Amino acid sequence: MKHNLILRVTAKTLIPPIIIFALYVQFHGDFGPGGGFQAGVILSAAIILYSLLFGLDAAEKVITPTVARILASLGVLIYMGVGFATVLLGGNYLDYSVLADTQVAGQHLGILLVELGVGVTVCSVMLLIFFAFAGRGRP
Amino acid sequence: MMDYIIGHYNYWIAIFLMMVGFYIVISRGNLVKKIIGLNIFQVSVFLLYITMSTVKDGAAPIITEGVKLYSNPLPHVLILTAIVVGVATTALALALVIRIKEAYGTIEEDEIHEQDHSL
Amino acid sequence: MDLYINIILLALMAITALAILRMTNIFAIVMLFGIFSFLSAVLFVVMDAVDVAFTEAAVGAGISTVLMIATMALIKNQEEKRPLGHRPWLPLLVVFITGAALVYGTLDIPAFGDPNAPAQKHVAPYYLEKSISDTGVPNVVTSVLASYRGFDTLGEVVVVFTAGIAVLILIGGRLTRPTKRRDK
Repeated sequence: MKHNLILRVTAKTLIPPIIIFALYVQFHGDFGPGGGFQAGVILSAAIILYSLLFGLDAAEKVITPTVARILASLGVLIYMGVGFATVLLGGNYLDYSVLADTQVAGQHLGILLVELGVGVTVCSVMLLIFFAFAGRGRP
Repeated sequence: MMDYIIGHYNYWIAIFLMMVGFYIVISRGNLVKKIIGLNIFQVSVFLLYITMSTVKDGAAPIITEGVKLYSNPLPHVLILTAIVVGVATTALALALVIRIKEAYGTIEEDEIHEQDHSL
Repeated sequence: MDLYINIILLALMAITALAILRMTNIFAIVMLFGIFSFLSAVLFVVMDAVDVAFTEAAVGAGISTVLMIATMALIKNQEEKRPLGHRPWLPLLVVFITGAALVYGTLDIPAFGDPNAPAQKHVAPYYLEKSISDTGVPNVVTSVLASYRGFDTLGEVVVVFTAGIAVLILIGGRLTRPTKRRDK
């Protein structure tokens, strides 16, 4: 697809809005439809689109597979870390109420952090899977 | 009678799709097509759950002032996570297909059996 | 109005599934599967499951299709071979019997959209009533996903992570030499 000028120009204008939309979905998931799962998939779709148009090597410069691997584990770690933080603060595992002064504030913070962990893991796992599939054909 | 049919139409189509997926899985030899059959099966299960969660004249489960009736949010949560897990497992299945192709040179079930002398 | 859209979309999905069954070109099948996913996403919007529709559109119609096309590029043969050695009526018989049993099971299930169905009466009213006062989150799907059922979601995230690792183990490295078949 490297020589297709129209596709490249359209995609270049599309990718930034897709990334902003992914961030919106991630952090607005409390109030409207959305959340970590959707945001992660949309963000990875933006990078996959980039890699389809400009080649895998260019995309791997944006996020190297090593970084993606670290991020994938980091997301799970954030999720579990929130659970252990609540235990250390005297609550049950994943009971966010103890994270802040009031119950609602604590729940809000907990949900935000957990969704962040989900988004990071889903995005980087999707990217890793895509890189593995696309990289298999390389000599 | 008509009400009964309309009330159960969703379930019947979900079962029909499930059976089409099942038929593809057991009657076709191409591994990629088998995976697509499994995916159709999976979507039919999603449909069944979401059908059960729907309430007539209900709204999407986002609390808004002045709305009294909402759909059931619990099946939505279950299916939402199931979709993402589904794509991860599909990717795993496709990766296995790629390895099978590299090892056997084919993705047709019959030919793989022939090479193994086990048919 | 919703009901008619619902009926038409379900009929379209059934037709697409039959087309997938009859096609032999793998590329056409993959494209039809993308259409199938997209139709189901639209159907989820009609049935008020906006979060699910969102995910299905991004995952089913987007990422799955890309992965399947990537697989096809590696596999290189595009036609499914037929017919198979075994008899075609046997799977058909199995499918008909299973389908008949399942349809028999639906006969006394509550009708579509019934607000008094048992599924509507168990824990869902609690979530809808308490979500704002417990967590302050208006989107009940998010509050159930991340807070009430946080353990579930933790498990799902770990499953996604594990699947990613498994894919990397299987096809992660570059292909240095063609793998030999094992000895006969």
